[in-house]
Amino acid sequence: MDQQRLIDVRDLRVQFPVEGGVVKAVDGVSWHIDRGETLAIVGESGSGKSVSALSLLRLTELGGGRIVSGEIEFRRKSGAVVDMVQQPLPVLRDIRGNEISMIFQEPMTSLNPVFTIGFQIVEAIRLHQGKSRREADELALEMLNLVRMPEAEKRLDEYPHQLSGGMRQRAMIAMSLACRPALLIADEPTTALDVTIQAQILDLIKTLQREIGMAVLFITHDMGVVAEMADRVVVMYRGEKVEEGPVEEIFHAPQHPYTKALLDAVPRLGAMRGQPLPMKFPNLEYGRDASEPATAAKPAADAAPRPADAGPLLEVDGLVTRFPVGGGLLGKPKAAIHAVENISFSLGVGETLALVGESGCGKSTTARTILRLQEPTRGRVVFGGRDITKLGRGAMESVRRQMQMIFQDPFASLNPRLSVADLIGEPLRIHNLASGKALQDRVADLLRRVGLGPEHARRYPHEFSGGQRQRICIARALALNPNLIVADEAVSALDVSIQAQIVNLMLDLQAEFGISYLFVSHDLAVVERISHRVAVMYLGQIVELGPRAAVFEDPRHPYTRKLMSAVPVADPRQRRTDLRLMTDEIPSPLKPWGFEPETLPLEEVSPGHFVMPH
Amino acid sequence: MIALILKRLVATAFVMAFVAFFVFGLLHLAPGDPAAVIAGDIATKEDIERIRATLGLDLPFHTQFLNWLGAIMQGDLGTSIFSGRPVSELILQRVEPTLALTTTTILLSVVVAIPLGIAAAWRAGSWIDRTMMGFAVLGFSVPVFVFAYLLIMVFAAQLKLVPVMGYVSPFKDLGGFLRAIALPTVALGVTYVALIARITRASMLEAINQDYIRTAHAKGLGIVPILFRHALRNASVPIVTTVGIGIALLIGGVVVTESVFAIPGLGRLTADSILRRDYPIVQGVILIFSGIYVLINLTIDIIYILVDPRIRY
Amino acid sequence: MAIDTSAPSAGAMARVGQAMRWLRRHPTVLAGLVILLTVTLMAVFAPLFTIYDPQRLDPLQRLKPPSAEHWFGTDQLGRDVFARTVYGSRVSLIVGFTVAAFACIVGLVIGLVSGFIRVLDPVVMRIMDGLMAIPAILLAIAIVGITRSSIWAVVIAVTIPEVPRVVRLVRAIVLTLREQLFVDAAVSLGAKLPRILFVHVMPNTMAPLIVQATYVCASAIIIEAILSFLGAGTPPAIPSWGNMMAEGRTYVLVGWWLLLFPGLLLSLVVLAVNLLGDGLRETLDPRLRRSTNNE
Repeated sequence: MDQQRLIDVRDLRVQFPVEGGVVKAVDGVSWHIDRGETLAIVGESGSGKSVSALSLLRLTELGGGRIVSGEIEFRRKSGAVVDMVQQPLPVLRDIRGNEISMIFQEPMTSLNPVFTIGFQIVEAIRLHQGKSRREADELALEMLNLVRMPEAEKRLDEYPHQLSGGMRQRAMIAMSLACRPALLIADEPTTALDVTIQAQILDLIKTLQREIGMAVLFITHDMGVVAEMADRVVVMYRGEKVEEGPVEEIFHAPQHPYTKALLDAVPRLGAMRGQPLPMKFPNLEYGRDASEPATAAKPAADAAPRPADAGPLLEVDGLVTRFPVGGGLLGKPKAAIHAVENISFSLGVGETLALVGESGCGKSTTARTILRLQEPTRGRVVFGGRDITKLGRGAMESVRRQMQMIFQDPFASLNPRLSVADLIGEPLRIHNLASGKALQDRVADLLRRVGLGPEHARRYPHEFSGGQRQRICIARALALNPNLIVADEAVSALDVSIQAQIVNLMLDLQAEFGISYLFVSHDLAVVERISHRVAVMYLGQIVELGPRAAVFEDPRHPYTRKLMSAVPVADPRQRRTDLRLMTDEIPSPLKPWGFEPETLPLEEVSPGHFVMPH
Repeated sequence: MIALILKRLVATAFVMAFVAFFVFGLLHLAPGDPAAVIAGDIATKEDIERIRATLGLDLPFHTQFLNWLGAIMQGDLGTSIFSGRPVSELILQRVEPTLALTTTTILLSVVVAIPLGIAAAWRAGSWIDRTMMGFAVLGFSVPVFVFAYLLIMVFAAQLKLVPVMGYVSPFKDLGGFLRAIALPTVALGVTYVALIARITRASMLEAINQDYIRTAHAKGLGIVPILFRHALRNASVPIVTTVGIGIALLIGGVVVTESVFAIPGLGRLTADSILRRDYPIVQGVILIFSGIYVLINLTIDIIYILVDPRIRY
Repeated sequence: MAIDTSAPSAGAMARVGQAMRWLRRHPTVLAGLVILLTVTLMAVFAPLFTIYDPQRLDPLQRLKPPSAEHWFGTDQLGRDVFARTVYGSRVSLIVGFTVAAFACIVGLVIGLVSGFIRVLDPVVMRIMDGLMAIPAILLAIAIVGITRSSIWAVVIAVTIPEVPRVVRLVRAIVLTLREQLFVDAAVSLGAKLPRILFVHVMPNTMAPLIVQATYVCASAIIIEAILSFLGAGTPPAIPSWGNMMAEGRTYVLVGWWLLLFPGLLLSLVVLAVNLLGDGLRETLDPRLRRSTNNE
């Protein structure tokens, strides 16, 4: 093996036994990593990227996976080259956490909830380094400082649930780097984090990689993160490697049709520059018919023409939603979560307004409050000319015919015991709009509209893929011909290719029926594609509101700017070079009971573009 | 945290109040007139009325309930219809054998069941697991007294290793105690072992499939610290809770076991009193057993509130 | 791109075939079903299984060990133990099945009410906690004590301690279902409470409830046997496995067959019900399924 080579994977095959056969999770894949290098393995769900990573440490065996053939040669610190596939467990344990470390997607569940952060780091140190208790304690503190953990000393004695998501991932990194490994495997380490926290963690990994001189294997589905992090890239699709190359080549001269399709489906922040209206993704369908030539992106022409002077369909005025916390049967609550804090906006007919922000900013609560799945603390929601916050149950049910919701998790929002026909027909039944043959015809028609066939009507949700389930949800939302659809992170849980299809479908439906969307999302790049106007939320308030082009091309509020700059751009040439080792956290929306924050009215900086004074 | 403990205390008080009310209601509804029973066969109507008045049985229901509750608070559980002696005195006489039997059973069961459950979870799907699960189903299915007689037939009647029945106090003869208590302990423990082994397996299995166990593997930890430090600590809440809740099962079993093995404990007292229709004793024993059960579970809850870092406020 | 392929849906015939294949892969469940069916047939058609009258005394044939004539021997009064065991199955099965049905129906109703009507919830749950604080056997004894001894008194006495367990199960499921997105989705479609209750919530409680019913059934059979064994159960005139063993206990050293056969049958039936329950749970409980196929 080449002296520079750290790990060499050859013809790796990993299989999982299932009823009546095996799943070939990884099927004959080869790649290598040199010292100090960053290799990214990228792919959608089911591509085998995570299994590849886990099999390096033979952790696939925990889930019943078996390495059926291939070699994983690793150069140990001693210089000896060993084949990980053949090593007995004691040797593996000596390498795990010591020479090869791993961090995972969910820092909350990956840390043991009943032990302190300090204990878990010290455990790893003492296991491999034979240090005394005191030396290990000192090193643990040093590691927490190294990962720029705020108030490191205090954190040693804290439990995982007392830390924020970003701090938990810092603790995981501290634990895995305590033994100065030659290779760090990072399996989707930022996927569960907010975009500003993601930027911090990515920068931290880059910095530490330089300081420690380790190689990194980065597993991700996010092309933006790949462009940000990788030296070389391996693209996987259904257990096979479809392409490998330096990051520049992968992004700018992709060879394989799947790589091309994947890159086309990736929403890129800034791709819509100079384009005022929503635009569909180029309609590439790899896997359905790979030979079909890519159709060019069709902009405004088949996107919705926005009716200029139609009055607003929805007006939200001074909306406040708070959740009381603490206090029992006796006495008033101790505190309240200020989820939505005095927000106002309007939404026109056939228009898409996006609510963007990070977790906890109140965007989902706003959506739920507008549909009165959550009662507002105060404020008005005027829909079709009347305030619906005061409506009684019966009146509200008739309003609900005109406003529908699509949720993030399509599987959870479909009752598993009902067939697709019953699910899509449910709103029609509830409002006594159709029955018998008419109902069947309507369901078949709706299925066609969302790209499914009438033959799907008799099946159950578990028989469909994630994208198909979201199509079913959309069909159900369309059943009543609503004027407004509230989409709460409706494409966030989907693979990029499926996400692109659903966005295109939503744009088609808007063009056809003139539906208004309130599009709630944390993903700025998708928002840029789909929306006419954008509202940026932070801590329950709207800090910036305006036409999409204005907000994206001329962000005025510091938070909007921070948010924009934190999004990794799917282009290695635009990689950030200044590593900012920030550790700031999103403040808590928990406030003492009775607290009334000061809210400033938005100022208009250009026509229709409002910014909160700062 | 203190608020949480207070909440549990208040809830427990409500539960005990309901139990007391329920038990008293049953006593009240029981057929037969205690006054008539106490007065005897040759008493006149006036005699019975007089006894009724002295017992306070002519008072309205709620007054009687409050009087009864007041008496209980002072340790007065009423008088046995059969022997005419105070129920509390009769119960005190019978506490030792029952306490001895339940203690040995709980100890034996926990020591046997938890390692079995851990082994089964660790090797889920293997022959160890299947054998253990098979025994657990059997343990749930064979009623205490059936198993007890099987043990007697084999170990006492055929092999003559231990006495058929009876009880020896450990303070008088420890060897004799152990021989006498062996079969009852095993008979009583089988269901309990099955219960604890199953919950141990299930909660260990759940813990083992968590992400933090994968992290522990990725750290390079061996199987022993992973199972006993990382997994068991997380799995312990349902296990300990089940040990506590299972005590209800154990108490039911005690009544039967003591009856089969002629152990002069509280269970035997209950069984005898049922046959004699001596309700004050039955009610007294139910009250005592329920109180102990509730207190044990309250203690477990409070310990967890104090110990578990995940419970906040 | 990677577009959605979907699995073929199963027809009715295929479902039956699926069930048969499933049974073949779960031999323990099959064994449980066979035992339960046999004993049920035995209970219903008892006179076809034995030529003896379970009540007929034969003073010349007292305490005879099992023989070709008396398969399970005779008891201290000369009655045929096999005949009494066959007839005794009736009590166990009646109690087991009716208690399971009653407890689940009552528990379902109370659980739904408690899960949906927030104001009632604390009160209902404290009462259930109270009932659960009294060990099941003692509670049953206390209830039987205030009624005249009959099989229906036993059914009621055994049902009451089982109800709180069902209530807690149903309520826990209702509380999780209430938080489910598909319930939110139904509300946003304009569904009213009855529709949410009967279309979206109740059907999803059925699978765990059926599993629970088997456990209630097994537990009820055991409690009935214990009550009869302690002399607080079915009247002595009706043979049941519990009171047969109670009558035979004096002869444990000389007439083992008096205890062994009813005890064996009793254990076998409870085992069959438990095996059935475990098999159903493995298939119906999504939590168990998830833990077996991770990654």
